[in-house]
Amino acid sequence: MTNHWRDIKNADVILINGANPAEAHPVGFRWFMRAKLDPARGPGSGGGAKIIHADPRFSRTSANADQYLRIRPGTDVAYFGGLINYVLQNKLFHDAYVKNYTNASWIVKQGYDFTDGLFSGYNAQTRSYDVSTWNYETEGDPLPGPAGTTQAKAKRDMTLQDPRSVFQLLKKHYSRYTADVVSSITGIPILEFESVARTVGEMGKPDKVMTIVYAVGLTHHTTGVQLIRSAALLQLLLGNMGRPGGGMNAERGHANIQGNTDHAISWEILPGYLKIPAPGQKDLDDYVAVSAPKKSDPHSWNFFGTNYRNFMVSLLKTWYGDKATKDNEFAFHYVPKPATNSSWISIYDQALRGKMEGVILSGMTATSIGPDSNQVLQALSNLKWLVVMDAFPTTSSEFWRAPGMDASKIQTEVFMLPCTHWIEKDGSFVNSGRWSQWKEQVIPPQGDARHDHWILADLYSRVKKLYQQQSGKFPDPIMALTLDYKDPLKPTADEIAQEINGKDLATGKQMTSFALLKADGTTTAGDWIYTGSYTPDGNLMKRRNGIQDPAKNDPTGMGFYAGWAWSWPLNRRVLYNRASADLDGKPWDPKRPGIQWNGTTWTGDVPDYPPTMNPKDPAAWLPFIMTGEGTGRLFSKDLLDGPIPEHYEPIESPVDNVLHPKQATDPVAFLYDQAAGRPNRFGTVADYPYVATTYRLTEHEHYVTQNVPLLVGLQPQAFVELPEELAGEKGIKNGDRVRVFSKRGKLEVSALVTKRFGPMTIAGKKVYTIGIPIHWGFIGIAAERDPDLSKYWVANALTPFVGDANSRTPEFKAFLVNVERIG
Amino acid sequence: MAALQERPVGFFTDTSICIGCKACEVACKEWNQLEGNAPHFTADSFDNTGQLDAQNWRHVQFIEKIPDNKGTIGTPIAGGQAWLMMSDVCKHCQQASCLEVCPTNAIVRTEFDTVFIQQDVCNGCRDCIAACPYGVIGFNEKTGTVHKCTMCYDRLQNGLQPACAKACPTESIKFGYLDDLHAAADTRLATLQKQGFAQAQLYGRDTSAYGGLNAFFLLMDKPETFGLPNAANATLPSRNNVPGYLGGAVTAVLGLLAGVLAFRSSRMSGEQR
Repeated sequence: MTNHWRDIKNADVILINGANPAEAHPVGFRWFMRAKLDPARGPGSGGGAKIIHADPRFSRTSANADQYLRIRPGTDVAYFGGLINYVLQNKLFHDAYVKNYTNASWIVKQGYDFTDGLFSGYNAQTRSYDVSTWNYETEGDPLPGPAGTTQAKAKRDMTLQDPRSVFQLLKKHYSRYTADVVSSITGIPILEFESVARTVGEMGKPDKVMTIVYAVGLTHHTTGVQLIRSAALLQLLLGNMGRPGGGMNAERGHANIQGNTDHAISWEILPGYLKIPAPGQKDLDDYVAVSAPKKSDPHSWNFFGTNYRNFMVSLLKTWYGDKATKDNEFAFHYVPKPATNSSWISIYDQALRGKMEGVILSGMTATSIGPDSNQVLQALSNLKWLVVMDAFPTTSSEFWRAPGMDASKIQTEVFMLPCTHWIEKDGSFVNSGRWSQWKEQVIPPQGDARHDHWILADLYSRVKKLYQQQSGKFPDPIMALTLDYKDPLKPTADEIAQEINGKDLATGKQMTSFALLKADGTTTAGDWIYTGSYTPDGNLMKRRNGIQDPAKNDPTGMGFYAGWAWSWPLNRRVLYNRASADLDGKPWDPKRPGIQWNGTTWTGDVPDYPPTMNPKDPAAWLPFIMTGEGTGRLFSKDLLDGPIPEHYEPIESPVDNVLHPKQATDPVAFLYDQAAGRPNRFGTVADYPYVATTYRLTEHEHYVTQNVPLLVGLQPQAFVELPEELAGEKGIKNGDRVRVFSKRGKLEVSALVTKRFGPMTIAGKKVYTIGIPIHWGFIGIAAERDPDLSKYWVANALTPFVGDANSRTPEFKAFLVNVERIG
Repeated sequence: MAALQERPVGFFTDTSICIGCKACEVACKEWNQLEGNAPHFTADSFDNTGQLDAQNWRHVQFIEKIPDNKGTIGTPIAGGQAWLMMSDVCKHCQQASCLEVCPTNAIVRTEFDTVFIQQDVCNGCRDCIAACPYGVIGFNEKTGTVHKCTMCYDRLQNGLQPACAKACPTESIKFGYLDDLHAAADTRLATLQKQGFAQAQLYGRDTSAYGGLNAFFLLMDKPETFGLPNAANATLPSRNNVPGYLGGAVTAVLGLLAGVLAFRSSRMSGEQR
């Protein structure tokens, strides 16, 4: 989230897409309700914030929304594109914000183009883009870059009239997204869409603000990154980024999935979103030159780019200690430089090809979590060994029991290492709003369970011993790793938290800010965005100065509660908050200030800006200090599938793409089977006429709740939700057993027949959506009550083995199936 | 929380902001150590609990009222009316049928004006189960006694609010002194009515249902939708039902007359035969 949970109470309009907060985040949903019940909020004359929910199914969130729009899965770019078009055509955007705080005025390079569904530079053979034209025209003298380099200065047109300006290109791009077109793609009736557009259009006024809330309903598509970007573009045009009550707010899945991401759970990043080095990068100069954002305007601070080296060197010093020296480039050569994509699906793709010896699964179950679970099961069967670290047996630790598996033919050796559940350890949770909150251990570890980090520490020490005894190809990175803990076999969460924060090696004192990190090897930071969380004053994540005394703990009344836990970065509660104030430093809406300039300093939230930089100083930095442009980006040159979001159909779709029938799907979406020389297994509408989408329910947390008896009682078995009209056509009655099947696999579950799912009319054609709650498997309390009944309960048996071009996120939320009654 | 005063307390369950998360059901079971019944898939929307009974002292009803074949469900059908969720509970009636019929005086009214079953006095006769108009009470085979919501009497005695209210994320279940709750409910109802929700209504706020309910509700539909007796039916025979008695007497007289007439007509037809 750019903002945080409590901040949602500040919104006038809450636009929810691809999310179901009432079910997935019931506790956070209280802030939606507070906004709704607050008579000072809302568009027009007030009377409570308006909640608008666009979703394929009428969920518990829709039940509490003011307006519900049934939208076809995977078409949110068309929805947001339509809203962008409405805002641009009717001049409802926040003019001063767009001119000064976005890259609307940047002039795009000659050669950039978009025709028939393709951006310039497409290569059909490699299914990839040459992105060199997705950039800016340059002019004048180059700007100084990092030591000894220069950077080109971008050309701008502050009138926004140049046909090659980002603004005009954007306007042209979205002019195709008329209400008619939006309706024919999304299935939302024109009148309903127009009524939402009117409400949203009001939110470009400086005294109004809208928040956009999303979750994996936008992420889990081959167009996931662009789906999210299309919403962010709308927020930039309305001037809602950086403001209390505004922003782009991703609800994160688990209690700590935000912390996971921050600490590099994803293959392409190092802790703190530093890029993973690539082959060919011989030293830090090479690495920083390729990885750090570059400044394209003299008024851009480019804080991230400027400090990139400081952050990286401090990380290397944390990892390799004394072995990281100026002379050896701080051991940059120890860091792996993967030559190929190593994202989630890629791991199992490699295993399928027999290129993977073993896999360690920690806190997740591959069989249930990934797309195309039957193929994942084959991948697991190809391994020599599989280690599962979990609190409970999972569909992976017992994958040989899956339907269709012949255990006698599987050679994979499986090791189950019982691990502590989070209630059995202390540590921190980082919530969706980036608050790192320290928690205590509730009960001691049960049975043989050990902490995950103790297992890893033990494993490391044994590997190190083997290298010591037997040597090996490249032992240095293993031998050099520092584990500066009292007991290196049993590091405490407290020690790790201190290490993540980092210290000044000269004084031994904890660092207080990442702005003080250095590239000369005198500072450490295990994750620079957390620097400041554990200072000489102690563990700030433990702070609990909350609603006991709102007057003292929340003096602005905006809900920042600076003394509650700690929020990255630097305890800032709203990111990009310089954009909450106008050019002179006055809040756009005095009733909802983020930060403001009082003549000598910025007050309010922790400023996302130099604290004493006078906004009226001609040399003042632009507001978005982390981007090279210094502004929010309506046009992005850093993505693989296009600088401006475009609607593409899901890989399996029931209809043509009305915008460009010849290029229906994302041209660079990653088709794993095809890339590996295996046949694609995509269903067509003739055999699989219904759209399916997967989701979780309130009663469930991933898969662990399969082991909680009271929650199993609340949702006792697997089911699918069928539209009443479709069930009628198929002779399926409520509660009947049904078989749902795709080109890849099948489910055999009960049917819940409901009007909450209904037919949609898409370009004149009737389209049904089937809802598939994902939770159950062949393991767990409910499954073990009746193993025959629960054989085919893994929802991901149905989903396709494809990924988004940028993130390689699978397409869980839109694919084709068929359904029939059993017996 | 400071110690509670010995004043009437209750629940105000505002169904217009219930999100059907069932946290109340789980918190209740956790605090009161209820196992719950054996898991059973009912295919009744998202309700697999079924009813209030000895194992379920909070029960969230899910009532789907989605209009047919609409591509969209716009105002005012969304906004708490198309999929009704209502966390049901013992009403702690002012005129409590269970308390009236209990032969052992196991069911008492507490210092907080709530209705409480004393487990050590209950003899398991189950008269209260038959008497309760809301189907709240259930029999536990293991203990041989009847059970229902205690409004977390043990928590109240220690100055804590009931577990369900504590767990409710949207404050749909509010616990407090009854007069405060009445005021909050009146304000909320007025707001909803101003917003055009004409069918929003309070249930049990006044004395029309069993003399008033300490656990009362804001409903977004008529009481019958939730299986609740409406004002005309929610009366206790022993005290309030003069018209009922009169009606009964009239029926009896009419019945007698009808019998006599029937007997006569049958005798006459016999004579004719």
